[in-house]
Amino acid sequence: MTQAREVLYCGFCSLPPEYCEFGPTLEKCKEWLKRNDRVAFQFLYNTLEDQLASTSLGTEDKLEEDKKKAKEAAKIERQLQKKMQSRVVIKRIERTKKKCVTSVFGLENFDVDLKKAAKLFANKFACGASVTKNNQGNDEIVVQGDVSDEIFDMIMEQWPIVPEDNIDLVEDKKKK
Amino acid sequence: MFKKFNIKEDVTGHTQVKSSVQRGIRAKIQDQFGDGVEGILDVVLPKKTPMILMKCHEHINLIVVNNEIQFFQHFDGPYFPTLKLLHKYPNMLPRLQVDRGAIKFVIGGANIMCPGLTSKGAKMDVSVPADSIVAITAEGKNEVLAIGKTKMSTDDIKKINKGIGVDTVHYLGDSLWKTVVDL
Repeated sequence: MTQAREVLYCGFCSLPPEYCEFGPTLEKCKEWLKRNDRVAFQFLYNTLEDQLASTSLGTEDKLEEDKKKAKEAAKIERQLQKKMQSRVVIKRIERTKKKCVTSVFGLENFDVDLKKAAKLFANKFACGASVTKNNQGNDEIVVQGDVSDEIFDMIMEQWPIVPEDNIDLVEDKKKK
Repeated sequence: MFKKFNIKEDVTGHTQVKSSVQRGIRAKIQDQFGDGVEGILDVVLPKKTPMILMKCHEHINLIVVNNEIQFFQHFDGPYFPTLKLLHKYPNMLPRLQVDRGAIKFVIGGANIMCPGLTSKGAKMDVSVPADSIVAITAEGKNEVLAIGKTKMSTDDIKKINKGIGVDTVHYLGDSLWKTVVDL
C-alpha cells in the first residue's frame, strides 16, 4: 500500500514553505519556520539565497518588486489590525418588563461560525438562540434570556483570539 | 475555477450519498486514474466511511470524506484531486514542470503558457494528450504547485510553443486551498 506523505505547511501563509518566497509575507513566514522547524529552515533558506542571487533580476526590477511586496504585506498587516480592533457587543434587550433577550454582535469578525456559536449558546444555556439579521443587515446571534455575563465568560473561554477589552456589555431598556 | 470561492455562500447543499452512488464515484475515479490510485483509494475513500457530496454554484461538486475535501468535479467531467491530497500521494498524476519565472504567476492563478513549459528550467518527461489532468511542479521545488488540464498534447506544446498550454484549475493559495470543511 502506498503511504501518505506528510507535508509541512507554513503556519503563516499555509503554503508549503518552499513557496513562501512567492507570497507577500516572506519575512513572517521565515520567522515562523525558524521557530518551528530549524532543519527545514536551514535547508531551505541557505540554498535559496544563492538561487535568488542567480536569477538576478535587474536592480530596478528588483526594487519595484520589493516595493510591491512591501505594499501587499502592509495591506495584510492593516487587515489584521482592523480585525483586532473590531468589537464584540453583547447587548441585553428588554422585551417586556421582566423578560429580555441577549444579542451578540460582531463575532464574525473573529472568524467565528455564527451558526455553530448559536447552537453552542443554545445548548449551554438551555434556551433558544438564533442567527438573525439586524436592521443594519448584519448578522447577530439572539439568545433568549438574560445571559450576558455568562456569554462574556464563554466567549473568553471558547475563542481566545477575541481580546477581552474588545467585548462590550450594553443594556438596552425599552423606551416607554 | 476557484479564484473566488466561498464555502458559506457557494455551497448550495451537501448530502451524504447513497452507497450505490458512492461505488459509482469510486469506480469512476479508479477508472480515471488507473494505476495512479492503486492502494490509495482504500485509504482516501474507504468503502464504509460515509461520503458527502457538496454541490456548489457553477456545477462544481466536492467530495468530502472525513471532513476533508478529497476530490472535486466540474459538471460531470473528470474528478480532480485536491492539492492537499496530491501532496500526500504525489504519484497520482503525470507531472509537468514549469520554470522558476512562472511560479509567481501560477500562484496568482494564471494559466500556464507553453514557453513556461519548454524553457530551460522546465521539464516535460511524460507525454500526455490534450484534455488530461496534470500536476504542475516547479523548477527547484519538490511540492506540486497547481493542478491543471492540458489544452493541447505535450507534443503540441513543444511544437507550437505559444499561448495557453495548461489550464490552471486549482493552485496553491486559491480559495479552495484555504477552505476548511466543517460539518
